[in-house]
Formats: sequence, structure tokens, C-alpha cells
Amino acid sequence: MSIIYFLIGCSVLLALVFLGAFFWAQRNGQHDDLYTPSVRILLDDEPDETEPKK
Amino acid sequence: MKQAEIDQQTTCYHCGNDCADERIELEEKVFCCNGCKEVYSILNQSGLCSYYAYNEHPGVSQAKASKRLDYLKEPSIIRELIDYSDEKFTIVTFYIPDIHCSSCIWLLEHLNKLNPGIYQCRVDFLRKQVNIRYSTQSITLHEVVELLDRIGYEPLISLQDVVKKQAIDKKDNLVKKIAVAGFCFGNVMLLSFPEYLGISVYEQSFRQFFGWLNLAFCLPVILYSGTSYFKSAWANLRNKVLNIDFPLALGIAVLFVRTAVEILTRTGPGFADTLCGLVFFLSIGKFVQRKTYYHLSFERDYRSFFPVAVQVVEGETERPVPLSDLQVGQRILIRNNEIIPADAILLKGDARIDFSFVTGESVPVSKVLGEVVYAGGRQTDQAIELEVVKPVSQSYLTRLWNNEAFTRRQENKIQTFSEKISKYFTIALLVIAFGSFFLWAPFDMARAISAFTAVLIIACPCALALSTPFTMSAALSIFDKNLFYLKNTTVVEQLAHIDTIVLDKTGTITISGDTAIMSHINATEAEKQMIYSVCTNSTHPLSRLICQYLDYYTKLNTNSYYEVPGRGITADVGGHFIRIGSAKFVDVMQAEASSAKKTEVHISIDERYIGFFVIEQHYRDGISSVQSLSPAYRLYLLSGDHGHERESLSSVFSIEDMFFERTPQEKLDFIKQLQQNGHKVMMIGDGLNDAGALKQSDLGIAITDNVNNFSPGSDAILDGRSLKKLPIFLKFSKDALRVIYISFCISLTYNVVGLSYAVSGKLSPLIAAILMPLSTFTIISFTSLATHLAAKKRKLL
Repeated sequence: MSIIYFLIGCSVLLALVFLGAFFWAQRNGQHDDLYTPSVRILLDDEPDETEPKK
Repeated sequence: MKQAEIDQQTTCYHCGNDCADERIELEEKVFCCNGCKEVYSILNQSGLCSYYAYNEHPGVSQAKASKRLDYLKEPSIIRELIDYSDEKFTIVTFYIPDIHCSSCIWLLEHLNKLNPGIYQCRVDFLRKQVNIRYSTQSITLHEVVELLDRIGYEPLISLQDVVKKQAIDKKDNLVKKIAVAGFCFGNVMLLSFPEYLGISVYEQSFRQFFGWLNLAFCLPVILYSGTSYFKSAWANLRNKVLNIDFPLALGIAVLFVRTAVEILTRTGPGFADTLCGLVFFLSIGKFVQRKTYYHLSFERDYRSFFPVAVQVVEGETERPVPLSDLQVGQRILIRNNEIIPADAILLKGDARIDFSFVTGESVPVSKVLGEVVYAGGRQTDQAIELEVVKPVSQSYLTRLWNNEAFTRRQENKIQTFSEKISKYFTIALLVIAFGSFFLWAPFDMARAISAFTAVLIIACPCALALSTPFTMSAALSIFDKNLFYLKNTTVVEQLAHIDTIVLDKTGTITISGDTAIMSHINATEAEKQMIYSVCTNSTHPLSRLICQYLDYYTKLNTNSYYEVPGRGITADVGGHFIRIGSAKFVDVMQAEASSAKKTEVHISIDERYIGFFVIEQHYRDGISSVQSLSPAYRLYLLSGDHGHERESLSSVFSIEDMFFERTPQEKLDFIKQLQQNGHKVMMIGDGLNDAGALKQSDLGIAITDNVNNFSPGSDAILDGRSLKKLPIFLKFSKDALRVIYISFCISLTYNVVGLSYAVSGKLSPLIAAILMPLSTFTIISFTSLATHLAAKKRKLL
């Protein structure tokens, strides 16, 4: 059953990595604007050579 | 399909406005004005027409006066505006109220195609902000703003950059604290389970190991996530206030100490999971309470209404000067639609100044040369020149902000329910805790300590602390859906305690500038000209309205002009004796002049009755529902305007509760007077003239037709369309308060159940760990459900 020590160590370490990732995202400003990216992703990148529609 | 085609033909391709008055065509597309057409042609040339593909008519009408942007060349102003700058690039953030759809995002993020000097643009849709990074070498700030203006996205640049300030205020790391608490809570739960399920005798070494790990996870919770409770409780104790943070902090501290002692002495598993859960839920409650409206600001004062810079004339040249550098004695040039920033003497030009925002008076006022023009007025004619006589901060209007109402801290606002109750709660809690301690102490010291700590743990008012934020934030979002934006959650409670409502007139119950004048006169052109000529002599708003209505005559000479204030005017024009005024004044006997409810102006020439004008102020839809508030709430009308609508408003307000011609300072004093008589006053106003009263009142509501427009500092912003719902809002706020009372009773029941275990000194960690989240979830689900049901009942959802 000593394996439990190792497994718990792994799980805590993994959780810490996720916590760190969350902190990094927070510091990076990824949670500052929670709305605009949802719109932005629907806007197409337009190749330069195509004629504008209409 | 056919319908759509017709629509296409009559509405502007750019903004969707009706093109009835003017049709400008370009490439088979119709535009309502040159501005819209120009935006289209700019976008068309740069191949940015996808702008029109994402949304139909994404543009905003360009039929408005353009502003001068010369001041953006002043280095001192540029320095104020930009976020960062070096030789290579500059970063600037603008607030653009016109951002409203995905096309806006698309276009603003493709500015690079319009000008390669712009490297990158990022739109924050909810804040209506665009962050622009541009090359310092190839394009100036002035050009960037000009470009934005040309494509129809004029940034709103004001002295008081509210939006940026908000961003700074928010950095208290609450999200991080929640993350840490949540992380620890999850892990501790996992490690506590074996204890609850029972650890066999062979695995006793794990019990120790899990205990140590739990204690380790508690450390960041108490040292990082929970610190604000200790700080707040300490600060309140020093001010001799017992607020809800005190029992919370006590509970957290006791939980930690007992957990540490039990684990270190190997006497038990401790309460690590309860501790982490408590801090986690409390932090979430705090987070929920903090509602932010990104696009609204409740802190605006005159600075965001005034321009950033003003054109100063020095000899032959003129240059823009930042408002803060404006000095007494300087000559300033004010063009059409610009705001006069400081009290000044008129030197040159024809001043017709719209003071609607300052005094509530809706008709432009003419000023003669040498007269003092107060700050805040908007010139409505050609350019005028003025000499500044008072610095900006000492002007008639801005002096209001030196009043103590603006400088003192907001402490005298209504005490919230949880503030009131937590004092008694804390005292009761301490009595029970010490009571059980002294009850057990003579027999069993260990048990006494155990009972004492257990009481403090189990009675920790977690559910109580959560009931207010969850109810109020649910209420807030319901108000939000009904276009009523409250500054924070405590405003809901203030709303429930109001007993007196004071309303401003112009712009609040009337829509400024929206007056209808109907002519019931039977006069020849020559007679109309005479009437016009007489009325031009008067500054009375009704005379002004008649002049506007008849505005196509040349003025005749008037002799023996005489004005009886509040009654009417008499004059002699070319030998004809003219009387203009009230029915009594003109001596009307006719039956047609009997309708007393409307504002009427009667006219007679040479004692022959000509007829009358009916002036109808358009009131907002909500006026009748405001009226229905009357017996329950005391209603007052407080206007800067003249009292010529006294009669037409008497159906809503009783005559003795209407006050006219009040200066901003008098309005503030009036509110103070009411408060000193023990009333809880709600002020509803719209203009800068109400700013003092809004601040002084227990609850100031700024009413506006467009939430992006300027609204003075207040506790809440109400969209004009929702004024009619005001009685429902007031009722709903009381419902919300009732929900809090009930949820308080529920959480108290949980406490009593828990206490029955605790006083006996036999509190098992399992019961604490079950009771705490259970009560929390009950409260959260009850409050949000009950609030939504109440909103449904009031038809707010």
C-alpha cells in the first residue's frame, strides 16, 4: 500500500500544475475579456486577393 | 422577399436609418447622409466590405456635427491619453460608445488595412474599448483618432478617464484567492474521505499522513485566501463595530487552531475540510456580490461632461489648451455645439446657449455682449468668443463639487440588514460559546474547550454571510434585464427603505427638447409677424417657443414693451397694441380657453382676441406610474425650470410639493432638509444640476435615454424607457429583502441544529463537514429561486 504515498504525491503535483496554469492565464489577461473572443472566432480571416462580397 | 427589397431601398445601407428626407446613392446603395456614404466609400476602397456582411446596417448614423480634434496635437494632452510610448510604437486605449455589434469588432480589428501605421487593434466588446498599438514614427495620435472618426467610431475622450480607473480598482486578487481555496478544498475533501469511511487498524500510518497533508493545505487557505476576513474584522473592531466578518474570522481562526492541535497531538482528524470549504464558499459569495457593469460608470462628475481642451485665442492665433491649464483672463472660442467650460463674459458673437443640462431649462437662452455666461452651457449658434472670469473648478456649476456631500465618505447611507443583525448574532454567539465553556469547565476541562470551539465552528455564519450576496446579486441581474443598473448590491436594500421620492423635471419626467406647440390662432401673416416681434423681446421660455414656432419673420420695432412676470407681455408694434399671456391677462371670455390642464398662451391685438397657442410638454410614459406611487411615497418635484408647467403637472404632484427655479445648491439643500426630518430620500435626476442632490440623497438615480451618454454620478442608472416600472422595482426590492429575512431564518435553523451537537462538546468533524456545505447549498438555491419567483410574480422576467 506504500504506493499510495507516491500516487498522492503525483495527484497533488498534477493539481498544482493546473493551479499554476490558471494563475498564468489570469496574469496573462485571458480572463479580462470573456465575451469578445466568442465573437471574434466567428469572423473569417479574409484572403487578400478575393473580391469583397456584394 | 419583396418586402426586404423595399426596405433596402428606403433605409440607409450603412446605418439602417430611414432615408425619407434625403437620399444619396452610390453604387446602387442608398445612404441617409453624406457621413454614412463616406464611411462606406472608405471601407469599399480598402476592401473592408465584409463589415456589411456580418450584420445588416452595422453602422451608426453619421448625421451629426463633427468635432474638432486639434487638441490631440498638444503634447501635454497626448501624454495624458496614451498608455505607453517609445520610439517604435505607442499603445493607446479608447472608449468608443458606438461599438455595438460583431461588425464593429471586425472593422476595428482591421484598422491596419486602412492605415498600415496601425499595428494591432484589440476590441473589448463589453467595455466598449479598443486597444490600439501603432507606429510612433508613421502615424500620430491625432491621425488615429481622425481615422476612427472618419469610419464612424468616434472615441469618447474625456478628462476623467473612468474606464481605465475601473480596471485598476479591480486588482484585489479575489479570483486567485478563490482558486487557491478551491484547490485546497478539493484536495482536502479527497484526503478526508478515508477518515469518514473508516481506516482499518492496518492502515493507521495513512491517518497521520493524511492529517499532515490536510494541515498543509489549510495553510495557504488561512494565510492567503482568508486574510481579508481577519483584516476586516480587526479594522471593524478598532472602529468598535461588530460586523459579520468578526464571527467569520473567529470561526476560521478556531477551525484552524483546533485542526492544528488535533493533528499535531494525534487526537483527531480536525476540521480541515470544513475550514477550506468555508473560505471557498465565502469567497464565492464575495465574487458574486461584485457585479460590474463594464460599460457604465457611476462615478462621473462634470469632468467627463466637459471637453478635454478648449480653443484659446491669443491675438491672431488660436491654440488648444487643456482645461486644467485654462486661466482667468484668457479669451476662449466656443463653436456650435461646444460646451463652455468656465464662467466667462461674452465678448463677441451671437450667444444662444442651451442650459438644459445645467438648469433644466429646455429653451436656449440668448446672452448679450458683456454678460456672464455660466459654465456648462452649450452654444447652439455660430462661434462666440468669451473671456474667462473664473477658473474651471470655481465656476457656478463646478463649485457644487466642492460641497461636503462630495468629499465625505459614504457612511450615512442606510445600514444593511446583515450589518444590523450581525451585531446581535455575534453577541449571542459569544454568550452561547462562553456559556457552554463555563458549563463544562467545572467537570471536564477538555470537554469545555471542545464545546467552546465547537460552538464557534458550527455557528460560524457562513450561510448568513452568503444569503445577502446571493439574493442581491440575483436581484441585481433582474434589475439589469429591466434596464435598471444598480451600482452595487447594497443599493437594493436602500431601495426598499425609501419613503420619499424627489424628481427633477426636465430630462427626468420630460424628455428634454421634446415640446409640442400647437397653434389655435386665426391671424394674418402681418399679425403673426407682430406676435413674433413681441415675443423675441422676452426671455420667457414660452415666448421662446413661440418664436421658434414662428421662426421665419423679420423682427419689427416694438415700443412700450412691458412684461408682467408670470402673467404676460404687452407691446406696441406699428400702432397696434398687442397682449400676449395667460387667459386672465388677455381677458379671454371665450369658452374655448377653458382647458386649464394645458399650458396656453393667449393673444389679442387691439383688444381683438386672435387665439391661443397650446404648449404641450411630452412626458415620459412612466409619468402615470410615478403618480401611482403617491400615497405610499411622498413625491416632490424639484426643478431648475420656471413654473409654467405647474398646472399640467398638478395631476401628478400636489401643488405644495412642486418647487421650481431651484439652483443646484438649493436642490442639494432641499434633500438635506428632508433627510434631517427623518426621511429616506430617493432622488431621480438627469443633469449636472442634479448631481449634488443625487449625491446627497440616500439613493440617487440618474435617468438617461442612452446609457452610453453622460450621466452624473449616482447609485443607479435608469434607462428612461423603464421609468414606468419604478413602482414595480420598489416592490421587488422589498421582496428581495423578504427573501433575505427568510434565508436568514433558514440559516439560523441550521445553526440551532448544529449547536445542539456543539454545546454537548461532541461535535464530530463529519457532522461539521456535512452541515456547512448543506446549509450553504440550501441558502444559495433558496435565495436564487425565491428571487426569481418574486421577479416572475412582479412580471420583471
